[in-house]
Amino acid sequence: MPVIETFGLEKRYLVGFWRKRERIGLHPLNLSVEDGEVFGFLGPNGAGKTTTLKLLMGLIFPTAGSANILGLPHYDHRVKARIGYLPENPYFYDHLTAEELLEYLAQLSGVDARDRKRRVQEMLARVGLTESSRMQLRKFSKGMLQRVGIAQAILHEPQVVFLDEPMSGLDPIGRREVRDLIQRLKDEGRTVFFSTHILSDAESLCDRVAVIHKGELRGVGAVADLTSRVTGEVEVLWQGAAATPALIALGAEVHATGEIGRATLAETQLDAAIDAIRRAHAKLIAVTPVRSTLEDYFVERLGPGASTSDAPREKTGVRG
Amino acid sequence: MTRRVLTSVLSVVAICCLAGAMATAVALDRIRGDGLKEEELYLPSGAVLKRLSLGYNGLLADIYWTRAVQYFGDLHHEKAMRYRLLYPLLDITAQLDPHLIVTYEFGSIFLSQAPPEGAGEPQNAVKLVERGIRENPKAWRLWADLGYIQAMELHDYKAASKSFQMGAQIPGARPWMSVMAAAMAEHGGEPATAHYLWTRLLENSEDTMLKQNAANHLRALQVDDDIQRLEAAVAEYRRRTSQQPQNFSQLISAGLLREMPADPLGRPYTLSPDGRVYVQNPSDMPFITRGIPPGMKPAIVPQTF
Amino acid sequence: MNARIGWIAFNTFREAVRDRVLYNLIAFALIMTAAAVLVGQISIQIERIVVVNLGLTAISIFGIIIAIFIGVGLVAKEIEKRTLYTVLSRPVRRWEFIVGKFFGLTWTLVVNTFFMALGLFAALLYVAGQYTRADLWLLVALYFIVLQFFLMTALALLFSSFSTPIMSSVFAFAVFLIGTFADELHDVAQMLPGVSKFLVNGLAYLVPNFAALNVISQVAHGEPIEPRLIALNSLYALLYSVAAISFAALIFDRRNLK
Repeated sequence: MPVIETFGLEKRYLVGFWRKRERIGLHPLNLSVEDGEVFGFLGPNGAGKTTTLKLLMGLIFPTAGSANILGLPHYDHRVKARIGYLPENPYFYDHLTAEELLEYLAQLSGVDARDRKRRVQEMLARVGLTESSRMQLRKFSKGMLQRVGIAQAILHEPQVVFLDEPMSGLDPIGRREVRDLIQRLKDEGRTVFFSTHILSDAESLCDRVAVIHKGELRGVGAVADLTSRVTGEVEVLWQGAAATPALIALGAEVHATGEIGRATLAETQLDAAIDAIRRAHAKLIAVTPVRSTLEDYFVERLGPGASTSDAPREKTGVRG
Repeated sequence: MTRRVLTSVLSVVAICCLAGAMATAVALDRIRGDGLKEEELYLPSGAVLKRLSLGYNGLLADIYWTRAVQYFGDLHHEKAMRYRLLYPLLDITAQLDPHLIVTYEFGSIFLSQAPPEGAGEPQNAVKLVERGIRENPKAWRLWADLGYIQAMELHDYKAASKSFQMGAQIPGARPWMSVMAAAMAEHGGEPATAHYLWTRLLENSEDTMLKQNAANHLRALQVDDDIQRLEAAVAEYRRRTSQQPQNFSQLISAGLLREMPADPLGRPYTLSPDGRVYVQNPSDMPFITRGIPPGMKPAIVPQTF
Repeated sequence: MNARIGWIAFNTFREAVRDRVLYNLIAFALIMTAAAVLVGQISIQIERIVVVNLGLTAISIFGIIIAIFIGVGLVAKEIEKRTLYTVLSRPVRRWEFIVGKFFGLTWTLVVNTFFMALGLFAALLYVAGQYTRADLWLLVALYFIVLQFFLMTALALLFSSFSTPIMSSVFAFAVFLIGTFADELHDVAQMLPGVSKFLVNGLAYLVPNFAALNVISQVAHGEPIEPRLIALNSLYALLYSVAAISFAALIFDRRNLK
């Protein structure tokens, strides 16, 4: 049974001075996320990712459609206890310490008093904030706030975790840590739904992704499928500047730095390339088929001609 | 609890509590109403109040003016014989906004007139109006108000005449001021002078209460005059016929009267066997000095205020 | 359910206390009370009156200011700064949030008033040399001031539930002013004809009656407060606050958060 399901979930706004014009924040969205999946919600800025998350969290109300989480209506109270949420650019109470904030939010989540202290310390350790736990939040850097945000999203051991741009504001080390965290959540069997506009993160973490643009769902698919398409090109890596001219002669795209050369050419030319390298007494280092990246899929989906009708059918999912 | 139930419960609670609160407010008003007068016994000085009002003294003056009028109106309605707080309230108003002319006009009449028509404090009235004149040297009408108090309440016609004269000299003053000055000097206590003064005051007032008051005075002067003439006619009839007239028709037949006499409110006068003429209902004819039937109390002002 | 309201209230209290603005206001009030003592020294025989008047007025005004600015911040600012998101994504009902905030702030104000009152009684002892029975009525005046705070907090929350921080503050302050002059509003209504009289009178009863809760000058003169007034004022504050909070909860429940 899908853990997250939306049925024509829509959000329209009335804008303008007289509130007469209509702007569609989210076109009717039909989506489903399976148990234990890491689901990436991709899109450029302003695409509607945050709107979708806010709708699911019950912070704003849909103008049409509905959504279920864990089989219950998304606004049901029993749901709230089993989900975690990290908002975009989180901001917390200035005058509390990280420890106090997590304690407070743990109380509100109904974490038992006996477990609370332990759980909070665990979380602080997990996100690497044990040293700063007694510092007031107004002194926290953006990256630190992001980590507090993640901590508060998972401290009550939710079944489903919703993260809005979890990597934002983090340095490469921080991003690595978040990636590990998400992986760990997945290992624990939890479902993770996160939005991002950084594709490389999605590519390495997600099982499935959805692409959204201008409030419309443009495509959904499993990452493995989307990146398994082989383009018919290969990348050849060799050592030996002598071979470079020969490969250029083949019409390949060549990049050479010092002794190491790298060329992309059609698979049909592979044999000719290997011959050229051997004849030049250069050393073949590697031959790798070029796979399509998520970026290719993304850009393709976002293209002017793309609409939801072109989206590949979802793999699974029972519509209500 | 589903959302719809919650909404209904909250709506009901909200509306019921609001209604309850408003009802309680009405009850509060009732038990506080009397207390309000007591509280105002402890009026701060106008100077302190002005400083405390942080520059919004105009607004505060308006509020105190409203209170003063309300205070007078309420007590007047109850036919009070003392208006203890009227002068303090008017004084504060004048200090907060010295250029609120109506304060002085109102005070000149209703502070000086005898109870229950006023507070019966002509000296305080003089103080108030003199302050008004100091603060508003161009307000020639205030000299008229001062002259009124001096003439009608203090019976000091010399001072009154001087006041009208001072006022007459201010540019913009109407010519009747000099006329009044002269009238006060030579015919101070006479009804004609009073009539002239009240007519002028009636013309020049914009405030409803002041206009009504002036109209009442004019009516009273008319009644006094009527009674005097009627009783003179009765005496003449007696001289001619050595008999008391039984009714006015007889006087009309005798050519001493042209028509059936009625007071300014249109009610016929009554003729008593002993030759006195009376007003039918003195309770709505304030300020009359003649024609009050024996045993009746002096006039009380009607509710038309 | 009750536990969550308690946690929210406690957190609100903690935030308010750690917000340095509060400390400044307390200091200010202490300064004012000190000034009162000095003023009292100039005019003998009425020092007690001056100290009580000035002290209670300061407590009242500063408390109202705190009630408005922090009260407005409780919801409106949290919406703008989005601190609300992580709270409302938890099993917290929207009305629980409002009620918790209400108790948190009123609790803060009660504590604040308590300390200010200590200062006032200290100043009073200094000026009068001893306490009299009449001083007991000061407690009633303080109780009424606290009731004013309840009203003002509820109203600040109400405006805050649908308006921006600035507009909420403006509305709240305006309502406070009008409520202070509720009596005058009635007087004005008396002078109007027919329908206007009814409407203005109705408005005068709708607006929160802060005037009724102000017995400062009476208490300054050592006058007793009648029990009926105490009972009615308590009832009034209770009903009105519940009404305002209920409306606030209703509005907030339907609000799309930025």
